[in-house]
Amino acid sequence: MTPRRQRMVLVGLVVAGVAVSAALALQAFRENVLFFFSPTDVVAGTAPVERGFRLGGMVLDGSVQRDPGSLTVSFVVTDFAHSIPVRYTGVLPDLFGEGQGVVARGLLDNDGAFVAEEVLAKHDENYMPPDVAEALERGRAAAQE
Amino acid sequence: MWRYLLPIALFAILAGFFARGLNLNPGYVPSPLIGKPAPRFELPALKDPAESIGSDVLGKETALFNVWATWCVGCRQEHAFLNEIAKSSGVPIYGLNWKDNRASALSWLATLGDPYVASAFDEIGEVAIDWGVYGAPETFLVGRNGTVLFKHIAPLTPEVWQREFIPRIQADCGAYPCP
Amino acid sequence: MIPELGQFALILALGLALIQASVPLIGATIGRSDWTAFARPMAAGQFVFVAAAFVILAQSFLSDDFSVRYVAMHSNSALPAAYKLAAVWGGHEGSLLLWLMILATWTLAVAFASRSLPDLYAARVIGVLGIVSVGMLSFTLLTSNPFDRLLPAALDGNDLNPLLQDPGLVMHPPILYSGYVGLAVPFAFAVAALLSGSLDKNWARWTRPWTITAWMFLTVGIALGSWWAYYELGWGGWWFWDPVENASFMPWLAATALIHSLAVTERRGIFKSWTVLLAIAAFSLSLLGTFLVRSGVLISVHAFASDPSRGIFILLLLSVISGGALLLYAARARRMESEGGFRLVSRESFLLLNNILLLVATAAVLFGTLYPLFLDALGLGKISVGPPYFKTVFLIPMLPLLLLLGVGMHATWLSTNSQRLAQKLSAAAVIAMLAGILLPLIVYRSASVMTILGVALGAWVIVSALWDPVSRIVRRDAPGVPLTRAQWGMSTAHAGVGLFVLGVTVTSSFGIESDQSMREGDTLEMAGYEFQFRGTRNVDGVNYEAVEGEVEVRRDGRLLTILSPQKRVYRVQRNPMTEAAIDPQLRRDLFVALGEPLGAGAWSVRIQYKPFIRFIWLGALVMAFGGILAATDRRYRAAKDVRTMARTARQATESA
Repeated sequence: MTPRRQRMVLVGLVVAGVAVSAALALQAFRENVLFFFSPTDVVAGTAPVERGFRLGGMVLDGSVQRDPGSLTVSFVVTDFAHSIPVRYTGVLPDLFGEGQGVVARGLLDNDGAFVAEEVLAKHDENYMPPDVAEALERGRAAAQE
Repeated sequence: MWRYLLPIALFAILAGFFARGLNLNPGYVPSPLIGKPAPRFELPALKDPAESIGSDVLGKETALFNVWATWCVGCRQEHAFLNEIAKSSGVPIYGLNWKDNRASALSWLATLGDPYVASAFDEIGEVAIDWGVYGAPETFLVGRNGTVLFKHIAPLTPEVWQREFIPRIQADCGAYPCP
Repeated sequence: MIPELGQFALILALGLALIQASVPLIGATIGRSDWTAFARPMAAGQFVFVAAAFVILAQSFLSDDFSVRYVAMHSNSALPAAYKLAAVWGGHEGSLLLWLMILATWTLAVAFASRSLPDLYAARVIGVLGIVSVGMLSFTLLTSNPFDRLLPAALDGNDLNPLLQDPGLVMHPPILYSGYVGLAVPFAFAVAALLSGSLDKNWARWTRPWTITAWMFLTVGIALGSWWAYYELGWGGWWFWDPVENASFMPWLAATALIHSLAVTERRGIFKSWTVLLAIAAFSLSLLGTFLVRSGVLISVHAFASDPSRGIFILLLLSVISGGALLLYAARARRMESEGGFRLVSRESFLLLNNILLLVATAAVLFGTLYPLFLDALGLGKISVGPPYFKTVFLIPMLPLLLLLGVGMHATWLSTNSQRLAQKLSAAAVIAMLAGILLPLIVYRSASVMTILGVALGAWVIVSALWDPVSRIVRRDAPGVPLTRAQWGMSTAHAGVGLFVLGVTVTSSFGIESDQSMREGDTLEMAGYEFQFRGTRNVDGVNYEAVEGEVEVRRDGRLLTILSPQKRVYRVQRNPMTEAAIDPQLRRDLFVALGEPLGAGAWSVRIQYKPFIRFIWLGALVMAFGGILAATDRRYRAAKDVRTMARTARQATESA
């Protein structure tokens, strides 16, 4: 192969490599962008059904239940207008608790319950993640109408 | 030539987005309660469970309604300032002790000082929900006629007091400190 | 009285910094040496006053002065003394003072070491550092004064966040900031070069050791943070692609690229304008990190309390410092065009590829970190970008980089004989491939494509990096020219990279995690170990109460160790905190953490088997050690030569 040919092959390979990488990166991006929804959004049908998303709100008082001795726990996430039952199997974070803000990552199942793969509690016990706070205020406002 | 301008151009676009992002002010969420009458409630008093405190203590004069708890770091932060304004502002402070342990709360007040005329004991948190409380500390300014005038989330600081509370208190009771 | 002195010291420091930022720079432009002479004294004075302020704040903490609001917010009389000292940088205001302290120290170091630099140039460098100081001092005094009073004084403090009451976390900010802030030095060198309008190989030689030193601190700081997160956050993870982690990682990637780019500029005098741009970018990424963490624009575990007014100030700072530098670049960089070609297969070529691949990685991480911000700013929704994106997008440029790393180390300048190169490395390649296939299969009895690839690449890098040093030692009969310290540094640092890659690959491929509900007497089998839960008991700590679990670990029936994970509640702040129990060994870690009581006498327990995880931080430390070796190479310490050269040059021009 002439040097010119060699260079063209090299350039071709590089371009192909870049194209493949870009496609992989774009796919990774699209698959991992997680939207945030409140319980009201879920009830309204805005939240996706087949994709994972983040559900945020407050843990409803008295709603945390677990089978004694099991790692599966169920609780209800509310934004004062609507509530969504959530199921999670695993160790809960330290700051998780009733009446505290929570963000759960997971999927909706066929019964309208949210199966959480990951549960994140507030980063400190005073303030909510702003998206959760906003969702709660909207929920309150809606509930009062 | 143009490629040397590329970095500064990209930077300018980035800076623009950041400026926009800051203006969105994620921490600020207005309350739908403002302008409406204070939610009604009736709760046992913190100090004496036999006594009860109700929302009728509000609606007589300009007052503060402060949500606090011993598990709340920010409440500890603002406590000294609350002690200060309890003495100097002429505005009585009523407390809502939220989802707390009675003994801890009493001991906290004994050690750190009690700025409250009285504190209501909201063990379950129902009343807090009615007030749209989702974190502590939160402080409500309630006017003489029982309307919620303002809500502040986060520890009360002199700056916020100066900027948001004093003008509203002056408008409500005529002067600061309130007569 | 004393805290006010601290504030006064900062004001004095600001005054000196203003002079430092203006007089030498103007003096250098108009050619007045009595003005440029201001640079070093002002830098020294600023250091004295910032240090005084820092000592005063530390003293306020150690003496439990709760009339200072910052002390009341972050300390407590029951806090152990060492943590009282660490609490100085436990919150936003104090950590800013730490930032200032470190900047003043770097500036002083530059002032001392710059005696071997041409005066005009040194004045400009110190002047630019002065501009940065002015910015950060103003920010501190105007929005984040650590000496604000709390009146009446609190009876006792809020206590330091329990997460921070830990030796690892004590060291993490000072070391990390030394890196972050240290990147201001190459930045200043770059801007000074742009101001003076010219740049030569000497410039690269002066800049490189500073860059490597800052990079070294950053490497250790990030590794510390990762190690701390691993054992303190209770979940056994070591990197979460959290926005704040990314904020420290991006300057590191840029600094790595800068070190390699400087190598080319130092040796061949090319890539000049690119290197200058990189130096500006690295420090800008540092400042960007500061912005992201403190402005409230991103929410994260690490973020300090948000305050938009602070965010606006930092954004302004960022605009002035970075924007200003980039404008200067746009105006002056063209003058620095360099000549010098190189063949397709050459050391320059490999270093160019290194920079491209690192840049792609940085851009991808930057995009993922900032994208949620952009969407939110445009009102298009609130999203978060999950870790798998970052993992994928980081891996794509890294795989070729690791491959090329092994080759590039042995490439020669200008042009390399590919055949000879291939011959030299063929043995290393074979060893790497064998390791890649055999290690997973023999030790762990399973192998996937990614695992084999990862182990092979890790081994490849290590063997290639150590090839020359080891052959020199082994073949004593043909000594040749001894390896310089810089070459030892390069080999060591790259070997560290290989160790890191091995650690990541093995722990990701063969690590086992399990969350279990366990009652007293229950056992769990994992990776040939038997974990038996023996129940819990209550313990009292200095400033906390805890429930302590007892887990016996056996292998082949023999008791290896007893692990005692705790669930602590610190008395003042009353947050629950998980303290994991770890049995550390180079070969593997065994990790146990308590979850919560599940009722019926059971607890949720997290048990993890983490093979080779220590290699991750060991690799980082080895990298950093390589950096120390490289930065202290003799050619950077030949201050005398430069001074002699400068003197000779001056004499020549004077007598002409």
